[in-house]
Amino acid sequence: MKNTASINPLENEAIYIMREVAAQFEKPVLLFSGGKDSITLVRLAQKAFYPAKIPFPLMHIDTGHNFPETIEFRDRLVKELDLELIVRNVQDSIDQGKVKEESGKYSSRNVLQTTTLLDAIEEFKFDACIGGARRDEEKARAKERIFSVRDDFGQWDEKNQRPELFDMLNGAIELGQNVRVFPISNWTELDVWSYIQKEQIEIPSIYFAHTRATFLRDGLIWSADDNVVYREEDEEVVERLVRFRTVGDMSCTAAVLSQASDITTVVQEIRNSTISERGARIDDKRSEAAMEKRKQQGYF
Amino acid sequence: MEVLKIATAGSVDDGKSTLIGRLLYDTKSLTTDKLEAIEKKSKQLGYDYLDFSLATDGLVAEREQGITIDVAHIYFSTANKSYIIADTPGHVEYTRNMVTGASTSQAAIVLIDARKGVIEQTNRHFFINNLLRIKTVIVAINKMDLVDFSEERYNEIKSDFETLMRKRDYKGQNITFVPVSALKGDNVVNKSENTPWYSGNTLLESLEKINNEDIYNTGTPRFPVQYVIRPKTSEFHDFRGYAGKVYGGELSVGDDIVVLPSQTTSKIKEIHFYDKKVETAARRSSVLITLEDDVNISRGDMIVKANDLPTIDKQFTATISWMDSKNLTSGSKYILQHGVNKVLAKVDHIAHKINPDYSGIEEGVDTLKMNDIATVSFKLNKPVFYDAFKAHRTNGSFILIDSQSNNTVGAGFIQ
Repeated sequence: MKNTASINPLENEAIYIMREVAAQFEKPVLLFSGGKDSITLVRLAQKAFYPAKIPFPLMHIDTGHNFPETIEFRDRLVKELDLELIVRNVQDSIDQGKVKEESGKYSSRNVLQTTTLLDAIEEFKFDACIGGARRDEEKARAKERIFSVRDDFGQWDEKNQRPELFDMLNGAIELGQNVRVFPISNWTELDVWSYIQKEQIEIPSIYFAHTRATFLRDGLIWSADDNVVYREEDEEVVERLVRFRTVGDMSCTAAVLSQASDITTVVQEIRNSTISERGARIDDKRSEAAMEKRKQQGYF
Repeated sequence: MEVLKIATAGSVDDGKSTLIGRLLYDTKSLTTDKLEAIEKKSKQLGYDYLDFSLATDGLVAEREQGITIDVAHIYFSTANKSYIIADTPGHVEYTRNMVTGASTSQAAIVLIDARKGVIEQTNRHFFINNLLRIKTVIVAINKMDLVDFSEERYNEIKSDFETLMRKRDYKGQNITFVPVSALKGDNVVNKSENTPWYSGNTLLESLEKINNEDIYNTGTPRFPVQYVIRPKTSEFHDFRGYAGKVYGGELSVGDDIVVLPSQTTSKIKEIHFYDKKVETAARRSSVLITLEDDVNISRGDMIVKANDLPTIDKQFTATISWMDSKNLTSGSKYILQHGVNKVLAKVDHIAHKINPDYSGIEEGVDTLKMNDIATVSFKLNKPVFYDAFKAHRTNGSFILIDSQSNNTVGAGFIQ
């Protein structure tokens, strides 16, 4: 075989998009959640600019309800790669009275993130926010552009999006607007996992099977962390062997029963899975249009 | 794994979303929770069948009106290939979405309702796929169950479509026909017992047989410089690399090259992909190139092989698809983005417009409205380095941007 560059079309496309961001915008930022998709983005950004450093910072909108493993992983990654990390806290938005903490059985800080994110974009005058959203995740996301323009209020006008032709990306915006950029738009969950496997990318341990104190609700398995996840007294805590397929706010991310303890078995499990990734995300189950509504308001 | 992008075209109610849903269902790509959501919603709407269109229509307005508004991307895979379907709406007013969907696709499915046969919109769908030089078009004659799986009806429609094909500009297009019922599942993934007279491939079989290698044109490498990388670290102190994607053909270390527009000649010294050096950059790979000589290069410049130059000019004629609600008028100015290069462009002259029913051309027009397709000549403030769209899909296309709204208002294919 010839000694040649990458033949993975998805990887080539994502690297191309990363470079377009650096070339077309003044102040880009990579939105980093500590999840596998944003970790993949970091690797793609490394590849896009090597041997130079990634020319933009990472920003984490911290709900305060993160899995501790994720935060520990985040800090280590940033140190190892010598990256700049900005953290903005949902707790601060709550303390400032900008948003109100939800209460009750299904309370979550997931929606509250939007305000903190929009404030941070304004604070740093970011004109491009790179995110790890994928079109295969959800129906509203399937309609998302690679360069998705948000108005001064951070809002998504889904019926009036710019057409995207060939691989030409139009990042022209007015002052005050920003563009959400999705380099792995065309990847599926399996594509991401296969890439993590091939590239031997390190990910937080909660993606692999581990024993955890959990309880059952609505057919989903929840982490029994009483400080974060609301639990009724009669909801029984049982130790189960589980892993997480998606890593969001603890209060809205359910675990799945799994024996997959390494990347090979995880890829195998995803390949054979009959439940979608977001099937374990209660935030999407609130209503059929849940994601679309959140996106219109500026959610990531 | 190979990735094949497919555009779909069909009129309202031709069952396009249902066909896609059927493809997902029969390839076992729908997960249990998505399937349950479809079952629940179908029951709620009072249907006695599963409405697979619910798998794809993503926006509230779409579900309310039962139509598709915007290009949606749908993903599924077989053991052989990964597929991305650009689901584009069929309404008259949404030609722009079809052009958009087709621009990134390597194959297209054109849907025809077997009861209605070839209609005016079929004309449009075929014309656009031919204009964009989509290599493979599969004509799915749908709702065969509603015409009793009649071979005669199928042949009648096929022959009508073949009449359209005679007018096509791009003769190299492979066109195949398949009788299907998306609702019932005939000949989509599984061969139907209802069409014993049909011995051809199912829709999926036809898709599986498409060879990706055939799709992209070969031979003329073009390397538009996206970004200049200068690490300025002690290890890479004088390093100066040019980041970009290779289009058309491959580039190798040692190739004699010319940098445009300066016309400086040099040789490729190294090709980097991340932390490894490679001999060859394949078509469509995103790489980093260094040159033997110190050349002043910035974003928008192009590196090409010395023996294979593109046209370098400040004017050209192109077929354009107008996509904005504000009309294009003769004499107006736009930002023209050709790959990663941006120049100012003035509409010099509208030569003619294609009739809305694609029956012929209309001359003497000086404005274009949304969804019009026309031949337009442009004058540019700086030269661009282009090939005809026919010869080079990437280097022969551009978009037009309105400098006031910043919107992408048109797409062009250089003649």
